[in-house]
Amino acid sequence: MKHLLSIEQLSREEIEAILDRAESFAEVGRRDIKKVPTLRGRTVVSLFYESSTRTSSSFDLAAKRLSADLVSVKAAGSSVEKGESLKDTVATLSAYDPAAIVIRHPYAGAAQMVAGWTTASVVNAGDGKHEHPSQALLDVYTLRRKLGSLEGVRIWIVGDVLHSRVARSNLIAFAKMGAEVTLCGPPTLIPRGIEQLGCAVSYTLDGIEEADVVYALRMQKERMSESFVPSLREYAACFQVGTRRLNPRQLLMHPGPVNRGVELSGEAIDSPQSLIAEQVAAGLVVRMAILYELLAGGDPSAPVAEGEGSRPTPIGTSA
Amino acid sequence: MSAQRELVTPSLRDKLDIRAGEDAHLVLHRATVLDPVAGIDSVHDVVIRDGRIAALASPGEADTEGAEVVEAEGLHAFPAFFDPHVHLRTPGHEHKEDVETGTRAAAAGGYCGILAMANTEPPVSTAADVSALREQARAGASVPVGFLATVTRAMAGQELTEMVELREAGALGFSDDGLPITDAGVMRRALQYQHLCGGNIALHEEDPRLSMGGAMHEGPVSAVLGIGGIPSVSESTMVARDAALAAHEKARIHVQHLSAAESVEIVRAAKAAGVQISAEASPHHLCLTDEEVRSLDPHRFKMNPPIREERDRQALIDGLRDGTVECIATDHAPHQPEEKDVPFEQAAFGVTGLETAFAALHTALVLPGVIDLHLLVERMAGGAEPFDLPRPTLAPGSEANVVLCDLGAEWTVGEDGYESRSANSWRAGKTLTGRVLMTVAAGQVAYRLRSFSLGVAA
Repeated sequence: MKHLLSIEQLSREEIEAILDRAESFAEVGRRDIKKVPTLRGRTVVSLFYESSTRTSSSFDLAAKRLSADLVSVKAAGSSVEKGESLKDTVATLSAYDPAAIVIRHPYAGAAQMVAGWTTASVVNAGDGKHEHPSQALLDVYTLRRKLGSLEGVRIWIVGDVLHSRVARSNLIAFAKMGAEVTLCGPPTLIPRGIEQLGCAVSYTLDGIEEADVVYALRMQKERMSESFVPSLREYAACFQVGTRRLNPRQLLMHPGPVNRGVELSGEAIDSPQSLIAEQVAAGLVVRMAILYELLAGGDPSAPVAEGEGSRPTPIGTSA
Repeated sequence: MSAQRELVTPSLRDKLDIRAGEDAHLVLHRATVLDPVAGIDSVHDVVIRDGRIAALASPGEADTEGAEVVEAEGLHAFPAFFDPHVHLRTPGHEHKEDVETGTRAAAAGGYCGILAMANTEPPVSTAADVSALREQARAGASVPVGFLATVTRAMAGQELTEMVELREAGALGFSDDGLPITDAGVMRRALQYQHLCGGNIALHEEDPRLSMGGAMHEGPVSAVLGIGGIPSVSESTMVARDAALAAHEKARIHVQHLSAAESVEIVRAAKAAGVQISAEASPHHLCLTDEEVRSLDPHRFKMNPPIREERDRQALIDGLRDGTVECIATDHAPHQPEEKDVPFEQAAFGVTGLETAFAALHTALVLPGVIDLHLLVERMAGGAEPFDLPRPTLAPGSEANVVLCDLGAEWTVGEDGYESRSANSWRAGKTLTGRVLMTVAAGQVAYRLRSFSLGVAA
């Protein structure tokens, strides 16, 4: 695999390979020295055109844990503010001969375009409302650890599907792993024709008791001014996932950041069935696995592999 | 030259502007001549002289004395094409196109006439703007070109331009193309005023409140890509509004670049009800669907209106067949690479089309038997009449507007570059079957394919 541009491009086997790799990095994370030399001497550029806490910090830390040299560029404060085009910015950063460019951009297809302009591996860290493949992988990872398999698992994705790249990537990833997905939200926020991806659509929470997993999406405040919903109050009344609506068997997920009291009640967030903290932890190991898979996956001599005797080698020992 | 001519039929030259040049004296030897409207479909020596089709002689029997003889056995001669919808980008965006490059592209595509849209910078809104452009055309246009003026001042959609004076300066009609006229009251006044100033009004139909933020057709593909949609109803509701206004005011409208099945149905019904309405469809809408956008390639697949679904494409083809859509118009919209080398949603709308229209439609629709060659040839020249211009024809005595094509020739779009200043062709890189070898426009040789040699009679 040269690039990670979308979940759509991945087969179930490729998804599983990344998740298996992530398991081995989880083991490294339990050691005192959490760093491995795999990408020593190689450069990872992280290029963020949108604000991000989780994705950007976990990719940065993932690169550092793999011993890569990291260049982090945020659009704010860079030449982007002076009007430099994406193409020119990529050309500039490519002069450092990076092994990988991790990019987040507000428009669909940006990562794919970048892949055409550079010899580096490109990781899509979110392109507009299109895809967010590393989020989907970490969510599948989290569920797989919890449930063993997603085969036949019923997952409801609830909220603003229209504006959500997480919804798109997760819908595709969950379906590829054998889950049955229902999209739920107000009709103004469910894109026309999305059911052709093989999911069900519900405009109310009626029936959510059948779900094994409830995945709530972030509801952005600016949606009210655009008449997508009349008020956050009404949205919360219709679509907020709270402990009253959850039964103890159901798992709860959210990509963060959460609007407490809007899409999720405070108690639901803090309830034992919430996997939100696990998702964040999974983000690091899954992103390490992504970088490894793209930059060292094809190289059997790379100093990280599964199996006894070839565990990821802590730095300071022989590489 | 032209002053000495005595044409028996009206000519494009009467109303359009072209660079002065030499009248061709040609014999297209043993060409297969097809002019469906004039009822011509047989092999002839086509004699072009003094700006006219001097004769359609029996094959091998034309007088070639003093003429350039083009060996055209196995080649097809059609009435040259007419495109009522071209963006020449002048004034203001000459880095994308100008009168000279745009008309060269037209000539290379087999066109003998084009109409330029007025959404330039500044827009063509005054008599002086029109006069300046006509001057440029007389200096550098390879094929006759006419200019539309805007309906509203600065295309702001609020106040009408001085439409009488614009007509006197030579504006061929009016259009705010690029933008819709959203205010129904303004639209109605323009239609009322048409009874004074004349000239067709060409309409870009789009309700911006429905299409806001959209970059592609709204449907299952946009749902998957997460790209804002431009729904079919953003077009069809405006077509319905303007058909009703035209009927009410007994005025005349031309609907540009139809894209949605619903719009075709509305135009069909309006025509049946006697409304003076004409319509065009673009080659890309007749050949492509929104499935192409999965590639996220804005160079070839981002335009407004957007390419839509298969049912829309089929409806447009049906419209071509039954005459609901009387003409094919390219909406040739040149852009430079920096406006297209950006993510899909950020890229400029528009693709170029003049140089590939015939070959693309011949390849995609005629060869597989979807429509026949007669229909394509007829619709390619159908854009003149809605603007009160004579339809190009090969009838003897007519102004010589002829395109010579090799219907078997394969070529790859862009491999030899483009005549246009811009390269955002929706067919870039595709191999097409059918190639324009030579174009005669208003009696002058406007284009010859470099590799196509001409013989001179002994």
